[in-house]
Amino acid sequence: MIRKFPRKPALDGDAVVRKALRRIELPSRRRFLRRSLTLGGLSLLAGCSIVDEDSAERALMKVSRFNDRVQAWLFDPARLAPTYPESMITRPFPFNAYYGEDEIRRVDAASYRLEVGGRVAERRAWTLAELRRLPQADQVTRHICVEGWSAIGKWGGVPFSVFLARIGADTSAKYVGFKCADDYYTSIDMATALHPQTLLALSYDGQPLPPRYGFPMKLRVPTKLGYKNPKHIQAIFVTNAYPGGYWEDQGYNWFGGS
Amino acid sequence: MTTHDTPPIHPAWLRATHWLNALAVAILATSGWRIYDAAPLFDFRIASGVTLGGWLGGAILWHFAAMWLLAANGLVYLLCNAATGRFARRFLPLSPRAVLADLVAALRGRLPHADPRRYNALQRAAYLLVIGDALLLVLSGLVLWKSVQFPLLRELLGGYEAARRVHFLAMAALLAFVAFHLAMVALVPRTLRAMILGR
Repeated sequence: MIRKFPRKPALDGDAVVRKALRRIELPSRRRFLRRSLTLGGLSLLAGCSIVDEDSAERALMKVSRFNDRVQAWLFDPARLAPTYPESMITRPFPFNAYYGEDEIRRVDAASYRLEVGGRVAERRAWTLAELRRLPQADQVTRHICVEGWSAIGKWGGVPFSVFLARIGADTSAKYVGFKCADDYYTSIDMATALHPQTLLALSYDGQPLPPRYGFPMKLRVPTKLGYKNPKHIQAIFVTNAYPGGYWEDQGYNWFGGS
Repeated sequence: MTTHDTPPIHPAWLRATHWLNALAVAILATSGWRIYDAAPLFDFRIASGVTLGGWLGGAILWHFAAMWLLAANGLVYLLCNAATGRFARRFLPLSPRAVLADLVAALRGRLPHADPRRYNALQRAAYLLVIGDALLLVLSGLVLWKSVQFPLLRELLGGYEAARRVHFLAMAALLAFVAFHLAMVALVPRTLRAMILGR
């Protein structure tokens, strides 16, 4: 019931094949966006050639970039997302990804290494045990999906600002990017990365994060929509070069804040 | 017979804001339906053929672009109304008694509309209600867009999930108004001419 996103083809090959396929898929995604914008309604305008599809898409993307700036301006680094009593947790908490539950990735805990790169002082890989030894916090917050639905869950983990400090991140950089074991990728602004409720979540509802919610680690950002909360994170990088994201590159608003 | 020396029934700024508002509402409603379909609140879906955007991402791009048109245009409309004194002239006074009397007269088919410069009490009530409804759409939309950044507004509307319902029902109320509005224009076609040409 929850996921209605178009599916990527199921892939069992190695990462190289997946990456190559992703590169091939990208142009078709752009076409998909362009085609879909004109379907069902834009014909009102495009049908009588007032605007053509390309300029409509370009104009809409420009407004979306403008909306990024408005949201960055509205974002108050000290304003907290509302928290809830544990009795209000949504059970079962919905699964959501760009793929179905039958394709949930299994990450091996023992061989897991979190890579850290970009504008950081300490570029070394982290084991799960090391991450679990860092200071932990938990929160019961509302996850809001871009589709409109929301659900309340409980996440625990390392405050991301603590982690960024540990790795000596350049916090004057613009973006923090994430690459995930399920080939998902996204990025967030530094102000949100440093927000007190932004967590590198290692647990869900008091238990180690289960695979369906992103084992071994996901980013929990209660001030952003669900697609800005990547699961199965494998690499974190700090950068000034706009990293985009899986959905963002297809037309979802980049800031995606709430 | 009116001459060009008499002021228009609707000044140019009003006609411009009316049609820009109609465009914004058309885009917002049709793209909003596509967004609704991504996670329907109620036990029905909206036929994708009447929606705008093609997919959720496209619909959101349209919705979050047209919201600026609606808000900026609405602001111009309200400011011009206030600055020219038109608001008080056209919509006031308004009493529940007058609305009731005009409602009874309308149901008997005896509500006069000879003077397009004067709104009867039903028109006044309907236009004021739809302005309030549009305001509610904007405020509930703000909560859906930025529920963390507008905590007071969020709590006033009963939280994020309640705001979804408020936003949808306010849309339905607006469209009910539009349907009625168009029916009345069909009954009295010269009102359409006045909204295009001013007289």
